[in-house]
Order: sequence, then structure tokens, then C-alpha cells
Amino acid sequence: MSLVAAALERRGIPTVVIQLLRMVAKKVRPPRALFVPFRHGYPLGQPNNPKLQRQVLEAALALFEVPTPDIPLFAEFPHNP
Amino acid sequence: MGDLSEFSLKYKLFLRTYPWRKIDPVPFAEVTKPLSESRLGLVSSAGFVPPGQPPFDDTIRGGDPSFRCIPHDCDPSSLVESHKSDAFDHSGILADPNLALPLERIQELEAIGHIGSIAPRHLSCMGSITAPGRLIKNTAPEAAEVFIQDKVDLALLIPV
Repeated sequence: MSLVAAALERRGIPTVVIQLLRMVAKKVRPPRALFVPFRHGYPLGQPNNPKLQRQVLEAALALFEVPTPDIPLFAEFPHNP
Repeated sequence: MGDLSEFSLKYKLFLRTYPWRKIDPVPFAEVTKPLSESRLGLVSSAGFVPPGQPPFDDTIRGGDPSFRCIPHDCDPSSLVESHKSDAFDHSGILADPNLALPLERIQELEAIGHIGSIAPRHLSCMGSITAPGRLIKNTAPEAAEVFIQDKVDLALLIPV
């Protein structure tokens, strides 16, 4: 995923990567990543839980609004566990 | 979660020893518009295949590096999730494809004006590609070209 993100960024398209494994993000270093505390196969939390899915999406999209971030920009979901 | 505890010993060892490609320098595109004016595209590594498009090829050593374009207006239930890995539970995505490709969720975000518009095509590739050379050299740039053509402003990438 992060390798595709890099290709998009090189063409001028900003990206956020949702990240299930912290270890991978730290090694590969996508430009912006949201760490989520879910297991593989469940990147937005739970099936048929639109509220939770929307919360994850909104947290990911919020990373586009961080002014002049330090890159790579890593954030956590949820902010206040 | 967020660590390796959910995986079997075999996958733990693989994930710990795999030579992950480090992106260096980290490319960085500036955000030039507010979210509410931006067009959003999604990229999923769940290996989603829309009706009428060829399946991913499981026989390619190191993983099939191709991608599929998914029309935003498709019926989410018509997508076939074909991620080949047996390391994770596929039942959540089978029950609700929005879990990995949130077409209906971003439709809602567009309706309330949180995002400006939605890409006419999203992208899906196969995850767990262990030999990413062709992905880096060919298919990732081709995927980027699709979003350039469709004037996508921001991309959200969702692994499984």
C-alpha cells in the first residue's frame, strides 16, 4: 500500500495510508499514516458498523488538514483510547 | 492489535524477517485545497474484482502486481474479494465490503459536504505481494495515472 502511496505522491496526489501494523509503517515510511487498533481483514473496524467506519475515515481524512506536517506524519486511532 | 500477536508463528517469522522496502526519501505532495473542495479516490489491497474484469492471477510468483479499476457507482455487493492470504479472517469483508472499500461511507461524507467529490474510479490491487519490483516500476505508476486522468485530489489507501 505504502509503495502505491509513494507513486501517487510523486505525481502530486497527497495520500493517507491506514495502517494495521505499526512495525511496517516505521520500516516502509508512508508520508501520512493512521494506525488503527484492528486485526487484519478489519481495516475500518467492524462490518455493518457505519458509525465506526465513518469515524476511522474522518480521522484518516483529518491528516490531510494538518498544516505543514513533519513527514512522515503518523497518527493514532482513536486519539483518546 | 496493531502488532504481530494475531498471527501464527509462520507469519510472525515472515513479517519480522521480510526485507520491507524503505521509501527514501519520503515523497510528499502538498494539500492544495480544503477537504470540502477535494475529490477523493480510494485504493484497496483486498483484491476486489468488479463484474466483467479478469480475476487476479494466483500463479504469479511473488504476487500478481496488477490492479483493477472499480467504478464508484458499482453495486458493492457485486465486488469479489479475492485476497489470496489465509493469514486473516475474510468474513468481515464478505459481510460488508465497506469494511475495506467504504464506497457507501464516502458517499455519505460527500452528501454532508465533508469531502467535495468522489473519484469516478477507485483502485484495487492484491495485497501480500512479496516481490514488489513490478508493482513499483510499472503498476503503481499506472494506477497513479488513472487518478491523474480523473482529477483526483486526495487518495486514501486501505490495506487488509
